[in-house]
Amino acid sequence: MLIKAVFAGFGGQGVLSMGLNLAEAAMLEGKEVTYLPSYGAEVRGGTANCTVAISDDEIASPVASSPEFIIAMNQPSAVKFQNQIQSGGLFFINSSLVKAELSRGDIIVVGVPASKIAEDLGNPKSANMVMLGAFTRKSGLVSIESIKKGLKVSLRSKPKLIAVNEKALMAGYDLP
Amino acid sequence: MTGNSAIAEAAIRAGCQCYFGYPITPQNELTEYMAANLSRRKGCSFIQAESEISAINMVYGASVVGARAMTSSSSPGISLKQEGISYLAACELPAVIVNMSRGGPGLGSIVAAQSDYFQSTRGGGHGDYRTIVLAPSSVQELADLTHKAFDLSDKYKIPTLILGDGILGQMMEPVEFHYEAPAELLVRPDGLRGAKGRPSKIIKTFTSDPAQLEELNWSLFRRYELIKKQETACETFMVDDAKLIVVAFGIAARIARGAIKTVRAEGLKVGLMRPITLWPYPSEKIQELAKGVKQYLVFELNMGQMIEDVQLSLAGQGEVSFYGRPGGVIPTPSEVARVISRLYYQKGLK
Repeated sequence: MLIKAVFAGFGGQGVLSMGLNLAEAAMLEGKEVTYLPSYGAEVRGGTANCTVAISDDEIASPVASSPEFIIAMNQPSAVKFQNQIQSGGLFFINSSLVKAELSRGDIIVVGVPASKIAEDLGNPKSANMVMLGAFTRKSGLVSIESIKKGLKVSLRSKPKLIAVNEKALMAGYDLP
Repeated sequence: MTGNSAIAEAAIRAGCQCYFGYPITPQNELTEYMAANLSRRKGCSFIQAESEISAINMVYGASVVGARAMTSSSSPGISLKQEGISYLAACELPAVIVNMSRGGPGLGSIVAAQSDYFQSTRGGGHGDYRTIVLAPSSVQELADLTHKAFDLSDKYKIPTLILGDGILGQMMEPVEFHYEAPAELLVRPDGLRGAKGRPSKIIKTFTSDPAQLEELNWSLFRRYELIKKQETACETFMVDDAKLIVVAFGIAARIARGAIKTVRAEGLKVGLMRPITLWPYPSEKIQELAKGVKQYLVFELNMGQMIEDVQLSLAGQGEVSFYGRPGGVIPTPSEVARVISRLYYQKGLK
């Protein structure tokens, strides 16, 4: 098994931390894992993305050419990445911000109103966690317990934020 | 942990006392980690220099007084450091230099490439010298080889280079550190720290006496021969029954390994030879393999540099083909698998 997921969105939406959380959770479950951020000449307000590869075997390349999962938190990312997704793959979109005008019929679109839910919870910044919750449920790659454990590791320097993030995470996870 | 941070942490645990750097993508996390962690340690020194040239000369100074010192950069910055590296070699001083290489020539790109192979393995600067060159292919190996780089550098009094690339530097993987930072900083006993109780010593790179300079070159050469004999390292994978061997280093070797698993599943007998030391090059291993295997495919993220070392090693005892992607394009394992498979059939191995 080798699964790759690309998380993409505006810089500041927390797309890199979504990927990092997934990588952390997979590592806690004893899987082989790599995390590769886009880096370098990125601009504020521009797009950011990262690739997480999870496998039972050694991972040959951390780069994804046709990932099984793409998570698009904004419109430019949805446009940019929809052609890369593997046939039959899952395309998660933040439906509060993304109008899906899909040019392909061979992928499954999962609309999650992440920004809206996060706003309703009183913390718009936690839209990434709502999406990560929904992604964890639908992808079945790692357990939600491992994601929560990983969250505690990545927020160890800001323990106050753990509860808010967990709440958003569960709001996404519990979506029908 | 990112590869860059793993190198920095491993260096601290190896007793690195001084780090001097100047920012350049894709190795900034290394400098950042050192700024946050090395500068807090007692007796240690972190300086963001005003240029790459100053940084390598600060390393030069730190090494003269016996401290474990390190600098890091990426391709264009490493070019600027070459004068300093040549001086370190001439003075027989240890130092660890990290190159998280990027696409070239010129300012190039900020993405991963392996186009600095020639520069790394042929000394790099002026004069008749070599540096040890280590080529890791995972974050774990970046950490392990960083520790090794300091030990080798001290043991042979030779600048040692770690040749990574943008992807190895930026990617995160789980990593375990096998050493704790030493309680007391290591100081080389031959460092210049005052001549009290002994005759004064001079470390210099210039002599007007050709005979003296010839003797220095001979002494370096003899040491290089010893390093070749004792420190050459490589890894092989599924070579025992192979009819075709892929030769690749660093991130390319990792991609090749994935490709080999794919073609093995299709019944093609293909193996991998991955040099871990690029200098000294594992020529003897290739000569040993060549007794049984005649077909070689060199795969690099450049237009063909290491292939020359493979050809030199084989000395006509095998046929060498090449596949390369320059400029920062990273081929997928399935692309490389197709190349291997096509070559396998072309050469009539099936």
